[in-house]
Amino acid sequence: MAKILEVKDLVTKFYTLDGVVNAVNGVSFDLEEGETLAIVGESGSGKSVTMMSLLGLIPMPPGKIEGGTAHFTGVGGRHDLLQMTPEELREVRGGQIGFVFQDPISTLNPILTIGEQIAETLTRHKGMTKDEARKHTIKLLGQVGIPDPELRYKAYPFQFSGGMRQRVVIAIAIACTPQIIIADEPTTALDVTVQAQIVELFKQLREALDVAVIWITHDLGVVAGIAERVLVMYGGRPAEIASVDDLYERPQHPYTLGLLGALPRLDARESKRLVSIQGTPPDLLLPLQHCPFAWRCDFAFERCWQEIPSLIAVGERHQTSCFYDLEKGAPRDV
Amino acid sequence: MHRYLFSKLAQSLLLLFGVLFLVFMMVRVTGDPAALMMPRESSPEQIEAFREEMGFNDPLMVQFGRFIVEAVKGDFGNSLHFKTPAMPMVVERLGATVELAVAGLLMAMIFGIPIGLIGGFTPGGVTDNIGRFIALMGQSIPNFWLGLMMILYFGVELGWFPTFGRDTWHSVVMPAFVLGLPVLGQIVRLTRSAVLEIRGEDFIRTAHSKGLEPKTIYTKHVLRNVAIPLVSVIGVQFGYMLGGSIYIEAIFSWPGMGGLLEQSIGWRDFPLVQAIAVFTSVIVLALNIVTDMAYSIIDPRIRYGR
Repeated sequence: MAKILEVKDLVTKFYTLDGVVNAVNGVSFDLEEGETLAIVGESGSGKSVTMMSLLGLIPMPPGKIEGGTAHFTGVGGRHDLLQMTPEELREVRGGQIGFVFQDPISTLNPILTIGEQIAETLTRHKGMTKDEARKHTIKLLGQVGIPDPELRYKAYPFQFSGGMRQRVVIAIAIACTPQIIIADEPTTALDVTVQAQIVELFKQLREALDVAVIWITHDLGVVAGIAERVLVMYGGRPAEIASVDDLYERPQHPYTLGLLGALPRLDARESKRLVSIQGTPPDLLLPLQHCPFAWRCDFAFERCWQEIPSLIAVGERHQTSCFYDLEKGAPRDV
Repeated sequence: MHRYLFSKLAQSLLLLFGVLFLVFMMVRVTGDPAALMMPRESSPEQIEAFREEMGFNDPLMVQFGRFIVEAVKGDFGNSLHFKTPAMPMVVERLGATVELAVAGLLMAMIFGIPIGLIGGFTPGGVTDNIGRFIALMGQSIPNFWLGLMMILYFGVELGWFPTFGRDTWHSVVMPAFVLGLPVLGQIVRLTRSAVLEIRGEDFIRTAHSKGLEPKTIYTKHVLRNVAIPLVSVIGVQFGYMLGGSIYIEAIFSWPGMGGLLEQSIGWRDFPLVQAIAVFTSVIVLALNIVTDMAYSIIDPRIRYGR
């Protein structure tokens, strides 16, 4: 499979009045055509900022992208997103890369009809006339499972439930048949039953449109259901990248291990207390000088306090940024 | 929508009744008009006869009832000072007051909205800093003082504008400026903060994520949302300007309702004061309804009753 997105050593900082926030400290990953990659991590781990940085959606200033490359193979060939002019990026955004955001209540403009908000993407990127865009929008509304699309075209966001609004946002994201959809916690603000519907809708659309999905979440349960590969982030750095099966069966990073331990299991034989990870997330105002997880890690040893671990291959398409070999129970010799 | 309008009308009527009651009672606290109206050499019997004739000796509630009944019929009584029906005199002065308020409001909007927009889109820029300074000055300088100073410099010293009255369009410039300046300040601040707030909304990020041109985002997504608070403030301010230009009309001898009100209070001309108060209240209440309608045209959440 061809790689559609290759991100290398991305660094994003925010220059705030309190100091420099090191939001993303060297993230690398890649995405294949039609693949679903989940990015998992707690709040402040840099998941969203990573994706927003790639497409120029972080506010600059205070945000600043200080390093890295992000090659996107799209309609116009292979280009570095970070080197693109704002005009070129606008062509990519909405046209070749679609977005779904977290809170469908606030992500739609309250005073425009939902139809208008979908159609304007089409007139912008596909050069459709207003009438063509309207017809296509009605088709899209049907495709994302909104009943009576003709009627609903003229509805306003406040007339929709949260789940319905999220379907509208998804319709915007898929409107121009993008190669990638970036979904930033698309189910977090929704009820559990609605969450399941939205996940199901994503799966359908992914098959139908053959689109790659980057699914940002902190819900490992959802990840197992939808993703093929997982990137676990911690403190603005990648902790582990693996296929879903590998990640759940043989986690290679103590943080992943901790996350899995904190997950309730339906198939557990006996009832056990959920284990939480001790301590608090790292202060991103402090420049990184060692493994960001060392403070909270049960396995941390001398080296963890001296160097920042980079990704180490531990299997086929399985990488971890940890100096400690959990399987052998000893430090790695790399 | 119709139910909304109906409830607004009902509320307005209730408010109007409250205003009538307050004005009626308050003018009667100011003193006895008979003492001012009658010649100094009048005998106590003559003054008593005047009071009796005017109905000032009846209990207040009876007087109020009579006033309301007559007012509903459209009769607000004769001015004590001019001895002619009060309401037609008020209506006659309306033109001048409206002219002043419209001129002041237009000035405030024409300068205030663009300055506020530029400030909101480029906070910290030169225009923003100048605009915020003007806004601060406009809102904090007492306008009667500003009026007097302008008469002194631009009227007397430089002779650019007439110092009083309403003749050519030159006459309206100074009073309209003084009346409009605080409103300009408020419009600048409100527009600026609304733009800043809307620009930070999630749906603006969504608009960017669609790859829309910044121009489209500003006009279609930002400006329409900024218009919502702006319309309501402009409506309220216009009402204020119509009813509250008393000092300014007095300072510039502007022949409007405010000037007349100032004089009629001095004369204890109860019917005239009441007529002006009622008329101004009706205008302000009507303006509020118009503002609400305009509001609901822009904001679908209100149009569809939410």
